[in-house]
Amino acid sequence: MTAIRIEGLSKVYGAVTALDGLDLAVERGTVFGFLGPNGAGKTTTLRLLTGLTAPTAGRAWVDGVPVAGEEAKVGAAATRYGFLPEEPAFYNWMTAREFLDHVGRVFGKSASERAARIGELLQTVGLAEAARRRIGGFSRGMRQRLGLAQALISRPPVLFLDEPVSALDPAGRKEVLGLIERLRGQTTIFMSTHILADVERVCDTVGILARGRLVAHASRESLLAQYALPLFEFEVQPGAEAALAAWAEAQRPQPFVDGLTVSGPVARFMVSDVADAGAALLPSAMQAGLVLARYEMLRPSLEDVFLRLVNDAP
Amino acid sequence: MMTFMVALRKELLEQWRTRRMLVLAAVLVLFGLLSPLLARYTPELLGMFPEAEAIADLIPPPTVNDAVAQYLENMSQFGVILALLLAMGSVAQEKERGTAAMMLVKPLPRGVFLGAKFAALLITFAVGLALAGAGAYYYTYLLFEPLDLGRWLALNGLVLLFLMVYVALTMLCSVLMRTPAAAGGLAFALLILLAVPGVVPQLGRYLPGHLITLAGSVMTVGGQHWAAVWVSAGLIAASLAGAWLAFRRQEL
Repeated sequence: MTAIRIEGLSKVYGAVTALDGLDLAVERGTVFGFLGPNGAGKTTTLRLLTGLTAPTAGRAWVDGVPVAGEEAKVGAAATRYGFLPEEPAFYNWMTAREFLDHVGRVFGKSASERAARIGELLQTVGLAEAARRRIGGFSRGMRQRLGLAQALISRPPVLFLDEPVSALDPAGRKEVLGLIERLRGQTTIFMSTHILADVERVCDTVGILARGRLVAHASRESLLAQYALPLFEFEVQPGAEAALAAWAEAQRPQPFVDGLTVSGPVARFMVSDVADAGAALLPSAMQAGLVLARYEMLRPSLEDVFLRLVNDAP
Repeated sequence: MMTFMVALRKELLEQWRTRRMLVLAAVLVLFGLLSPLLARYTPELLGMFPEAEAIADLIPPPTVNDAVAQYLENMSQFGVILALLLAMGSVAQEKERGTAAMMLVKPLPRGVFLGAKFAALLITFAVGLALAGAGAYYYTYLLFEPLDLGRWLALNGLVLLFLMVYVALTMLCSVLMRTPAAAGGLAFALLILLAVPGVVPQLGRYLPGHLITLAGSVMTVGGQHWAAVWVSAGLIAASLAGAWLAFRRQEL
């Protein structure tokens, strides 16, 4: 059963197409990682799903409630999700506890519910000791934590997170990612990020957006299996870079070579046939007289897949 | 209704915590107290200057009507400035800072968001005017004679309505513009636009400015030409409706 469904969602600003016909479905209780370079359309997608902006075309539903399109019920949908924007904004004259209390009141929670939930959340996000401090004096990391707390106050079935750990130190990132992992199964999490390590750690499925279009959508394992072609790396001794570059370019037309990057003393071959590549490349390098410092076959990471898909996107 | 009360609570708390309520009350009370004092002692103050003695002799002895007139002049002039200053950032500042987007993704309707801001400003101005009116009433009683309380309340009610016209117009500007400064500038332009036709008597009696004239006449002859009340109420309603219509479609 899908918690988030998007059909043909588009957003055009004048001559700029920020989002181009996005089709996506996120299963209930899963953690979805929404990846993309800067300007890909990730934040635009979140703004469309939370009613901050209206689409140019397409429809979307959050927990069964239409949020975009002609039948959109933005007000009704607002009870179905929590949202942490990339740079959460607060009333600086309020304390952390007061802001969470205000949000709790907006969601119609009783005084006892609010008191219990606020105490729990402040503890969870590590702000219990700063509860009575004015938000105006908070660091960026503290504001991020408070932002996460306010997104969770109503125990929403869906959680939208825009770069939830970008402002946190390593310890904070570990805590928040741990919290996201604990929420798996209870809440559907749609997490926009460019930190691939975090996606690898917590996300069940991954969507990659480039120039407003979804270029990949699969589980993490399927994505790697489908797109993570094996790599052969050749590293030469200093002084032999020119010879390496010349030899590597000569191998590019080979049928098993899918891609080639040369950076200083390192040449990387992305290959479609490991056996043919393994049989051909090393002997060829020896024949060319290259003095190798390192020769290695690698399994690409999600980062490699991401960079390849983003660079190849039309 | 509950959501409106929640939003109103936040607005009033903000007015208090950011000292806006306090500053507004202090300014209005100051001018409320100064008005009968100025009316009473201006001739004597002028008489202290040798060059102005002749002028002082020409000024008739001050009466309670002078105190009322001074009060209306001060409240209308400084009250409008306060209305622009307090209302110009009401929406624009929240849009600029991102708090509007932060709150409006929650079950808080945009109409309630705006309505609560207007209601909070209405309460703030009402409280400030009540304190200023009480101070002026007391000083007028001490320096001149007692004022008719019912008429004095009616006078201040008309002043409040006058000020709320400019609050509502400035809130509309705050919705339309991106920054508080731009909203203030547009509101000031509208203020001039509303004042210019007032020089034509046949038009002026329908404009918000006539509310001040009406307030003055309430204390003496009972007030005439009440059309300005309905036009002002209509302007408030139209401004708020226009603000809501514009705001509900805005991208935040």
